[in-house]
Amino acid sequence: MRDVMTSQSAPKTLYDRLWDAHTVVRGDAGKDLIYIDRHLLHEVSTPQSFELLRDNALKVRRPVTQLAVPDHAVPTSERGGAIKGELARKQVALLEANCAEFGIEYLALEGERQGIVHVISPEQGFTMPGISLVCGDSHTATHGAFGALAFGIGASECGTVMATQTLWQARNKNLRVHYAGQLQPHVTTKDMILALIGTIGAGGGIGHAIEFTGDAVRRASMEARMTLCNMGIEAGSRVALVAPDDTTFAWLKGRPRGPQGAMWDRAVEYWRTLRSDDDAVFDRTVEIDAAAIAPQVTFGTSPDQVMAVDGTVPAGPARALDYMGLEAGKPIAGIGIDYAFIGSCTNSRIEDLRAAAGVIRGRHVAEGVTAMVVPGSTVTKHQAEAEGLDKVFEAAGFAWHHAGCSLCVAMNGDFVPEGKRSISTSNRNFEGRQGAGARTHLASPAMVAAAAIAGRIVDVRKEFA
Amino acid sequence: MPGFTPFTAPAFVLDEDDVDTDIIFPARFLLHTERKGLGRFAFHDRPALLEAYEAAGKPPILLAGANFGCGSSREHAVWSLDGMGLTALFAPSFGEIFRGNCANNGMVAGVMAADTLAALQALAGKGANAGHALSIDLAAQTVTCAGQQFAFTVPDSDREMLLAGWNNTTRILALHGQDISAFEKAQRSAAPWLWTEETEA
Repeated sequence: MRDVMTSQSAPKTLYDRLWDAHTVVRGDAGKDLIYIDRHLLHEVSTPQSFELLRDNALKVRRPVTQLAVPDHAVPTSERGGAIKGELARKQVALLEANCAEFGIEYLALEGERQGIVHVISPEQGFTMPGISLVCGDSHTATHGAFGALAFGIGASECGTVMATQTLWQARNKNLRVHYAGQLQPHVTTKDMILALIGTIGAGGGIGHAIEFTGDAVRRASMEARMTLCNMGIEAGSRVALVAPDDTTFAWLKGRPRGPQGAMWDRAVEYWRTLRSDDDAVFDRTVEIDAAAIAPQVTFGTSPDQVMAVDGTVPAGPARALDYMGLEAGKPIAGIGIDYAFIGSCTNSRIEDLRAAAGVIRGRHVAEGVTAMVVPGSTVTKHQAEAEGLDKVFEAAGFAWHHAGCSLCVAMNGDFVPEGKRSISTSNRNFEGRQGAGARTHLASPAMVAAAAIAGRIVDVRKEFA
Repeated sequence: MPGFTPFTAPAFVLDEDDVDTDIIFPARFLLHTERKGLGRFAFHDRPALLEAYEAAGKPPILLAGANFGCGSSREHAVWSLDGMGLTALFAPSFGEIFRGNCANNGMVAGVMAADTLAALQALAGKGANAGHALSIDLAAQTVTCAGQQFAFTVPDSDREMLLAGWNNTTRILALHGQDISAFEKAQRSAAPWLWTEETEA
């Protein structure tokens, strides 16, 4: 961390500052050797990484910087006892066995600390400002909400990180996304990020690290900032950042894996330097008027095929409209839905659950709609239960599940049947993402809750004001 | 793995943007924990595409649309493309994690300007005056087809690795073990809160 305590003369962006602080070797072929402070593991992306270690007779360099938890393949409708699906059971058991063999901490499925990697890591204070953090999962940019250099990697790279604590990586360009002004009621950071993806496209951020700035970002809670950064990859950016501030420090203080006592003060002193200089130069800037953002909903099969809920379905792409069973020129509001899913690393935190519960309180899910809530972590689940939110959801006809990825990636037994229409707080509306032939509309927790009650896509601002 | 050697072969055209890794490798097959034999799951939910690929004689080169391999980080996407017989991909852009995964598995993922790619597709794809084979020279970053040259790019460091067939992991340890130790020593003193769970070696 050659840049830690000194202020360099040339102005820097936050991203450049983090990059420089983690550069072990400046390469001459377009990549730098970057030090990795923390690595999160889950059952799906690491079996082959451990094989790489075994094939090359390698050890894990710093086991305490690694943390493993099962989330993708785990059933969420019941917990305790053996997992019924044979492949899922073996996959989870393999993660536990690999961690035991290589000395990595494994958070058991039945334990209090289990949940989606991107929810539990901040919760435990494993995520901190200023660190570099990777995971074999594309939504790792979530941790950029704390001002961490966090990005998703492949399974081979997970093996490289475990063995060397480094990765060769190309430095990205800097993209500043500035949200001036304040959001309307019922409009969230989910709508902010969907609006951005719609503006720059699903590949618009390729080669760029995003830094989110502006009033609407500063006012956002940590949960809301995590939602914002989570979907950077849906615009093509592996890295999405918010500079840490007092909101960040207050949220992190006292977390079990974070710095304690005098070490906390020392860390905060450094964390306060983690910002872009006022005169830092960004390669590109996108400005968005936060006050003008309406609740967003996707209409196609890529997250950039997104629109304001009060608009009409655009013309094309034809393949996407055909798959989604939608007609160009018709309002998106009023389209009937069969499934409503509240969960995923994008929107499964306590604030998301509170927002959804606020909409449905005293109401009931429309006939024919299957609605479910899957908290992002067991800690979140228990907190929600302590607040009585589970009762609100169950009284409204939502199923209340255990923590996991569930219907975001549909590989744990939860899925939407072919041809059925789902509205979902998750991050991807890809063909088949929630089940082969399933149709997915992405939206915020309040919008999904409102649609579950109405049985069709509605503008939460109008129907639940 | 062995280093890349130039080869000549026909190509298959997939003219569609934003083909994500869920299309390439549907998530429900991610429960498989092996790397080999995943070719049977590639494009599983796109039977028409597989039929066309088979009918074309399973060529080892794919000419794809923009943002190919976007979405999930699953390396299974690359393993399954390799398993179905592909060794080189060309597109106007790639999902970044996917592109890195390609390099780590000996798969060429070359970026080609959209108009260059369109011209190449016209020569390599189906139809009259098409179906020409492509000669791939990774070191020169060119594809030759029907006597014409088409430029592509693979990042320098990926190209070096692909040509030499390096093992990225053991190479880092061999060449930079001391650099890493020096970095760790400096970080331990500058940011000790990141090291509280480890005793000094």
